[in-house]
Amino acid sequence: MPTSQSTAGAHVSARGWSWRYGSRSRPMFNLLDLDIDPGERVLLLGASGSGKSTLVAGLAGVLGEDEGHESGQLLIDGQPSRHSRGRVGLVLQDPENQVILHRVGDDVAFGCENLGVPQAEIWQRVRAALAAVGLNQPLDHSTAELSGGQKQRLALAGVLAMRPGLIILDEPTANLDPDGVREIRDAVEAVARESGATLLIVEHRVDIWWDLATRVIVLDSDGSILRDGAPASVLEGTRERLTEAGIWLPDPIASIPTSRPLAPILLSTQGGSSFLTLGPLLQGSALTVGRRIGGPAAATDLSINIDSAQVHAVVGPNGSGKSTLALTLAGLIPVISGSVQASTDLAGNARGRHPIDWRSRELMTRIGMVFQSPEHQFLTGSVREELMVGPRALDRRGSRFGRPTVSPHVAEDFRLRIDELLERLHLAHLAEAHPFTLSGGEKRRLSVATALATAPRVLILDEPTFGQDARTWAELVTLFAELRDEGHAIVTITHDEKLVAELADIRTTLPDPATNDLRTGETETRSAEATR
Amino acid sequence: MSAATATSPLARVNPLAKFLVAAVIGLVLLFSLDWVSAAIALSLELILLPFVGLAPRALWRMLAPIVIAAPFAGISTVLYGRPGGDLLWQAGPWHITTDSVNLAIAITLRVLAIGLPGIILFATTDPTDLADALAQLWRLPSRFVIGALAAVRMVSLMADDWRMLSLARRARGIADGQGPLAAITRLFSQGFALLVLSVRRGSVLATAMEARAFGGETSRTWARTSVFGPRDFLFVVAGVLLAAVAVTTAVVTGEWNFIVS
Repeated sequence: MPTSQSTAGAHVSARGWSWRYGSRSRPMFNLLDLDIDPGERVLLLGASGSGKSTLVAGLAGVLGEDEGHESGQLLIDGQPSRHSRGRVGLVLQDPENQVILHRVGDDVAFGCENLGVPQAEIWQRVRAALAAVGLNQPLDHSTAELSGGQKQRLALAGVLAMRPGLIILDEPTANLDPDGVREIRDAVEAVARESGATLLIVEHRVDIWWDLATRVIVLDSDGSILRDGAPASVLEGTRERLTEAGIWLPDPIASIPTSRPLAPILLSTQGGSSFLTLGPLLQGSALTVGRRIGGPAAATDLSINIDSAQVHAVVGPNGSGKSTLALTLAGLIPVISGSVQASTDLAGNARGRHPIDWRSRELMTRIGMVFQSPEHQFLTGSVREELMVGPRALDRRGSRFGRPTVSPHVAEDFRLRIDELLERLHLAHLAEAHPFTLSGGEKRRLSVATALATAPRVLILDEPTFGQDARTWAELVTLFAELRDEGHAIVTITHDEKLVAELADIRTTLPDPATNDLRTGETETRSAEATR
Repeated sequence: MSAATATSPLARVNPLAKFLVAAVIGLVLLFSLDWVSAAIALSLELILLPFVGLAPRALWRMLAPIVIAAPFAGISTVLYGRPGGDLLWQAGPWHITTDSVNLAIAITLRVLAIGLPGIILFATTDPTDLADALAQLWRLPSRFVIGALAAVRMVSLMADDWRMLSLARRARGIADGQGPLAAITRLFSQGFALLVLSVRRGSVLATAMEARAFGGETSRTWARTSVFGPRDFLFVVAGVLLAAVAVTTAVVTGEWNFIVS
């Protein structure tokens, strides 16, 4: 690519910068001092909640002045970041919410328009930017039809077209499947090479970026700088400390003890004796699933058995129907054809054996679902209230109508478990916080906790480890392993190869719809010894 | 705008020209309640319809709501319109008279004659082109126009959110209550949740827009120039002619009744 792409990289500095959100008592950063030279490629690491996203929002000049208290300065080439629009380009983690316009070309052109770039130059920049990120779509292609990886590359192109001196990527791969991750990684590398811009990447999965980075900065959980140096040397002597802070390191992480002696039985309430049963708890036969009856099928001709005491991983590319399958198994959407049937043991006194026919309260104590987007399932104003929702619904059912789903003392048990869950999932210090104010990782843990609060025997998880730092990842995996060992059946939709490797007893791979591959889902079973 | 409408020659007409044509036809037909002007306008529109370059299926999908709704407007006029002229039929509170039948025909034709161009012209308009035209030709504030444009894109996301909220509520055990009261309570609480989610989505989008220098002090340029050319002028003239022919015929035949008088 010609020199038309290149801009001088920006110099970035923080001078005694502090930030405290209006609703929190503790500041995120305290007198942060930092210098990044033009053209450096910085990988910014830190535990969940260490304030990485706040810092990048501050550098990008989009941290609202009314959201909190600021002191000190963030400077881009010596100018306050708030007045450096256009010098800094920011790519956010959610591809869905940062597409601005309806057509690819217009979306990329948007930033240039706002910067007052002359029209003829805008389109040169748009074409160059699209070429740089490898998005070879016509300019009038609809942005709604792009995949997640393509949408992220579109966002990157939109940023690149502004010719910024600093490009910030805030967990750009978090919502992408492995193909999407490769796409965006290659695009960023090409962009960095051609533009000479300073690069700041925030990411949990450091192995993606390790080779590209020239410098690694690690934030401690209080927002102070824990380590700062070249990738080759930054880990020396602090590996343990970093792992403790929950930072993903480039080497394979320490193995998770999946069959250690069980902690006191955490979540089984329905009596141990009937817990381990023969035959699958939930059986999907000849399933064709889709979001809407009469709508297109998301996946066809699947058969899947969900057994107690096993982890069943469902993998496959974006668009292969994994989430739809999960919602169907969870008794939330009806099948297009085929059937989902619960064992008599799982169904108990519920209405019939098809989960879709069950009452909402019957479903909740039998099959728990953790949604891909945690925000869809939050109902209340605090973390503790959120966990009380299920037990409350059971209470009401028990007192007003005959035939309680669980006895009142069991409902009381749930209450006690909530404290245990808060501790276990490191949410106790956030018990009174509003769910929407949590970080991405904390939201995910809360959504897992809400499903566990009513002790369902089948747990269906849609991307449960997405956005977790290494420590909470390990804790989640350990928790799932324990639940499995207690006899829970776990189904997890995931792109996380590490999770599959650590935990899955059975793996079902859904075929890629784009390749016209008519083979049905492949299922591989590993012997229990191989996994445990 | 879908792929089916993007190839229509109407898609290349400036959105403001289309807006003017729809407005002229609509306003003129609202001034009278005779059936002649409506019938002439509708006939001319139907003659032009094959030239808009839309497949019959796509056309039907767009027009079905109004084709189905228009006769209902007519039927209610037949039954409840002010009686006058000869009585044709009577039962209980219903009188059918020649006046009410005439009025019903006039109203049915009118709904079709106003609705048809309105729908076709709107469906062949890309929201982005409309925003360009409004901001560049009519000088509406660009912040407002572009904000609205970005919001249009979020509407489809809201439909998906609503569905996921319903499923999540069932999974969380609070979707059981029966009876209208429980249903209304649920509707409100879910509506509120949707509102919260949409505000959050909106604020992420606003951040993304801000990060691309939207709302800065620099004066904005436009990647696409919205041009009101000779073709657009002719299009407006054609629309005015169509309306004029309809009105003139009605006046000449003595059927025109100016509702304001």
